[in-house]
Parts: sequence; structure tokens; C-alpha cells
Amino acid sequence: MDFFSFNEILSIFSATIRISTPLIFAAMAGIFSERSGVVDIGLEGKLLAGAFASASVAAVTHSAWLGLGAAIVIGLILSLIHGFASITHKGDQVVSGVAINIIVSGLTVVLGMAWFHRSGQTPTLPNDARFMPINLYGVDTISNIPIIGDIYSKLLSGYNLLVYVSFAAVALTYWTLFKTRFGLRLRAVGENPKAVDTAGISVNLLRYKAVLIGGILTGIGGTYISIAQNASFIKDMSAGQGYIALAAMIFGKWKPIPAMFSCFLFGFLEALSMRLQGVSLPLIGEVPVQLIQASPYILTVILLAGFVGRAIAPKADGIPYIKER
Amino acid sequence: MKIWKTGVILAATVAGLLAADFKPAVVFDMGGKFDKSFNEGVYNGVEKFKKETGISYKSFEVTNPTQREQAIKKMAKRGANPILGIGFAQGPAIEKVAGEYPNTKFAIIDMVVNKPNVQSIVFKEQEGSFLVGMLAAMASKTHKVGFIGGMDIPLIRKFECGYAQGAKYADPKVEVIQNMTGSTPSAWNDPSKGGELAKAQFDRGVDVVFAAAGGTGIGVYQAAKDAGKLAIGVDSDQNYLQPGTMLTSMVKRVDVAAYNFYKSVKNGTFKPGIISLGLKENGVDWAYDKYNKNLITDKMKKAVQKAKADIISGKIIVHDYMSNNSCK
Repeated sequence: MDFFSFNEILSIFSATIRISTPLIFAAMAGIFSERSGVVDIGLEGKLLAGAFASASVAAVTHSAWLGLGAAIVIGLILSLIHGFASITHKGDQVVSGVAINIIVSGLTVVLGMAWFHRSGQTPTLPNDARFMPINLYGVDTISNIPIIGDIYSKLLSGYNLLVYVSFAAVALTYWTLFKTRFGLRLRAVGENPKAVDTAGISVNLLRYKAVLIGGILTGIGGTYISIAQNASFIKDMSAGQGYIALAAMIFGKWKPIPAMFSCFLFGFLEALSMRLQGVSLPLIGEVPVQLIQASPYILTVILLAGFVGRAIAPKADGIPYIKER
Repeated sequence: MKIWKTGVILAATVAGLLAADFKPAVVFDMGGKFDKSFNEGVYNGVEKFKKETGISYKSFEVTNPTQREQAIKKMAKRGANPILGIGFAQGPAIEKVAGEYPNTKFAIIDMVVNKPNVQSIVFKEQEGSFLVGMLAAMASKTHKVGFIGGMDIPLIRKFECGYAQGAKYADPKVEVIQNMTGSTPSAWNDPSKGGELAKAQFDRGVDVVFAAAGGTGIGVYQAAKDAGKLAIGVDSDQNYLQPGTMLTSMVKRVDVAAYNFYKSVKNGTFKPGIISLGLKENGVDWAYDKYNKNLITDKMKKAVQKAKADIISGKIIVHDYMSNNSCK
């Protein structure tokens, strides 16, 4: 059985990275938003809206970059709506987020039908209107070296640009949150907004900035789903990834790097479950498909229950800030 | 004399009423009428009927599982007759509404509903899948062919089973690697996962992959194109989606089925019960057109045409997964 061969393992890991990318963008968006005290259930909707916007614009203009720009704009608009309802008007943040999810799920299909007449799908994009896999420097020469060459060419090289951007986003999130004044204030506003307010800093403005950064990140994540990973928008194609990202964020205790690793874990389980179907394992034999498909969720429950310990949310997470009663 | 006259008038009125009562309706299922696949086939069929007869039809696109029964019932309530339901998932809804409106004529594609006013149209997908399985095995250089199903249901296993039989028939050494996308309806709309499944199969040496997975298939065909492998479409002729890497499509003539249903009701030849469409009835077939002409060699074409004739004559019997819920 060649299931555990070196190449197979490389292929599982590279699939893990491809699957994790949108999760990472959404999880970082969630971290910004929730660290500032705004719960963001609307990640799913923003991913989907970004996917639709970038696929539509790329289909019309044949430019992946314009598609990316459109997705970011839509992400910002939805974040503003979320902020307007839950920061300015102190509405329930979960309700506002769910509303975004529902609106986007319906609106993308309706607009897609009206514009493209394909039951909510957008036209299939040619390769030059997508983010295509890029080869890293010197991949052809290095790939001849055994093992190291394989690792370099199959595991590190050959993803599209946005995959590398997602790693940069994690580093940037970490740096912003923990190494800058803005980040310090952002974290403070999620823990104790009153103290921030007393210091003369606008709580609402900080929170708006946080959700807007989240909007940009989900826009990039959505772009990845529709025009990098795929070549067109298909309705509901985000397929719950926004929720998984939310879980990964909690799993990572609202910290960028642990959150990235939990995204990898979810991606890895998904990649593994795809490859375990119909394969007979040593000692166990062939495992039923249903069990394999459920395994990422089962393992999540086990890990959450046993290994992570208490996940402590930012103290003011989900509580609108009211200056005076 | 007078009675006779009244009779004529009455008959004429009844006939007139019947003609006036012909208000066809169709309820598309999840995926929508432009899904490039199953629903779109039905759409083409009813559009053809509309063009030929000038009779327009009512339609509804289900976007949520709870809408099925409501949509069908609403059609019946508004006097639509006949009503066409599409997809196995509409079975229970059709069964219920057909019981409530015994004078309305219904048909359902891909499901059997035992009611006196329902026509159940099912296809012998295993026969068409057998042929594309043969093509896959003949086109494969690695002797490994893949199958990616949508939701894990017996109907999709039926495709898979026929495909595997065909592949083995053409090349006894061939290995068939199969994957299902999921066990919930979202498995029909997950192109990212479809693409990843395809890549996983390519990594294992597969070089031809057959996707019977609705919208998920779009991701599979894209992945095949990106990796320079071959893919096989399903339901409608999908060869044009990725010209050059689409080996063929397993065509299910749902358009003909839909058209014939409307026509039979209009002509008064409607018969309830099960209609089973296979290769013999032109209900299923493999697609050969300008987009895949260069991928199919004469040898492949001949072998498939011979197998097709043998299946029609009964010389080759393709096992139906649904007959015993097993591929043996």
C-alpha cells in the first residue's frame, strides 16, 4: 500500500495549504473584529460576497486584479453595514452578522441570474483572468535534488499568489496586534472599552477600523475561493468556510499564529478525509465513507474538549459600548 | 336528436375545457435551470415544447429544500396541469401533492412515485456510464480512472457502478478510484472540494475523471484542465465547458423526457407508471461533437458503438446498483 508514501504525504500537505487559505483570511478578519469587541458571524457572508464580486468583475473586465479590488470594496461595504448596525446603533452583533449571511446568500444568486443568466453562476474565466499557480525562483533546477527538491517544488512552490498573501496576512496581523500602538488600543478596546474611552480615544472609531480591516481580508479570501481556487462563482460556494474559520479562531484563542495552525488542522483533516475514501488502512480495513467525512468534525470535538483548554474570549466581545446610561 | 346535439355541445365544451386546462408547469430543483447539467436539460426540453406549440409554461426554481412541496402545491392550486417535478428529492413532495390533486397529472424525473396520476421517469444511467467508463479506460495511459460523485446516494452509486463496469470491460487491468463529495445536499454545490478531490485523484495517478456531481463537477473539470488531464461530463452535453480536456459526457436525455411528457398530456396519450429510458430508448448516451472529436480515436469510437449495440441487444447486461444496493 503506497498510501503513506512520501509523495502522498507531500500531496496531502499541499492540499492542506490550498484548503486552509480562505480559512486563514477569514480567521484573521475574525481576530481583528473580535479583538476589538465586535462578534463577526458574518464572515461566511462576506467571503461569499467577495467571491461573487471578484468573479463577476473578473468575468466582465478579464482582470483578476480588478476582481480582487471589487471583492475588497464589497467586503468594506458589508463591514460598514455591520458596523453601522452594531457599533453606531448598538444592535445585536450576532443578529447583524446572520442578516449579512442571509442577504448575501440570496442576493448573489439573484444578481447573478439578472446579470449572467446562468442560475446564479458566473461565466467560466479564462486563465489570464485568474490568479494562477506561480513557480518560485529556481524551481526547475532544485526539483531534481531528491527529497529537498520535492519538498521545494511540491510543498513550497506552485500555489497562486493569494496563498502566499495569506501567510503575509498572518504575519501582518500578528505585528499589527502586538507590536503597534494601534494594536494595543485595539486589544484594549476589546477588553475594557471604558478605559480606552477615558484615555480620550474613540471606541467606535477603533471598532470601525477593526471591522473594516476584516472586510478587506474577507474580500481577499472570497477572491481566492472564486477566481484562484475555482474559475467561476457558484452559488453558496463558500460552503460554510466562514463558520469553520470562526471555529478555528476560537480554537486558536483569538491569537493569529495559533489560529493559523488551527486553520491548517481543519484543512489537513479535510485533505486527509478526501484521500481516505475507499482506501483500506492497515489493521482497520476500508472505512465507510460517512465515517471519514464526519471525521474532521469528530476530531474537532475531541480536540476542543480535551486538548485546548478554556478558550477565553476578549472580555468585551459582543457587547456594544454605551458611554452613559 | 336534441339529446344527441346536447351531447355534441357538451363534448365540445369538455374538449374545450380540457384544452384550456392545459397549463404546464415545471419545478426545477436545487442547482437552478441554468446549472449546465441536469436542470438545464429539462429547461431545454420544455423550451422546445414552448417553441413548437406556443404554449407557455409556469416555472419555479427551488433554492431551499423546504420550498419543494410549497412550490408544487402552489402550482397545483393555481390550476397548473400537467406538473413536472425534477430530481429524486422532489419525490415525497410530488407524492403528497398528487394525492391531494387527483385530477392533475404529474411526472417526476429520477424517482418512482406510485400514484395513479403520476408518471415516473427513470433512466438507466448505468448503461450510459458503462460507455463513458469504456472511453475513460481506453483513453487512460496510467490504467487508473477516477469517479467523483456528488451526494452519496444510491442514484450516484448507480453511475459509479456502471462506470466501473465499463472501464473494466474495456481494460480488465484498470483501477477505478472513486470519491463522494459529501453526504448532504451542499455536496452538489462545492466546486472547491470537487477540484481538490480531483487533484487528490490525479496525485494517485488518475488521468481521466468522471464527475456526476452537479455544480461540484465544474470544479472537477477546471482542475482537470489546469492539470492537463481528461474529464467526463454528466447529464447535459458538457463537452463545450472545457474544450480539449473534456473526453465526453454521459448524456441523460432529460430534455426529451420533459418534452415527451408535456406532449403526451397534450395529445391525451399520458400514461401513469414507470417509464425507464436506457440506450435503447435514446434516454442515455455518450456525447460526441466538435469539442471532443480530436480526443476520441476511431478505435475507441468503434468499440463503444459495438458495446452500445450489444447492450441494446442484451448481449452485455449492465448491472444496476439500485436493484440490490450493491455493485455486484
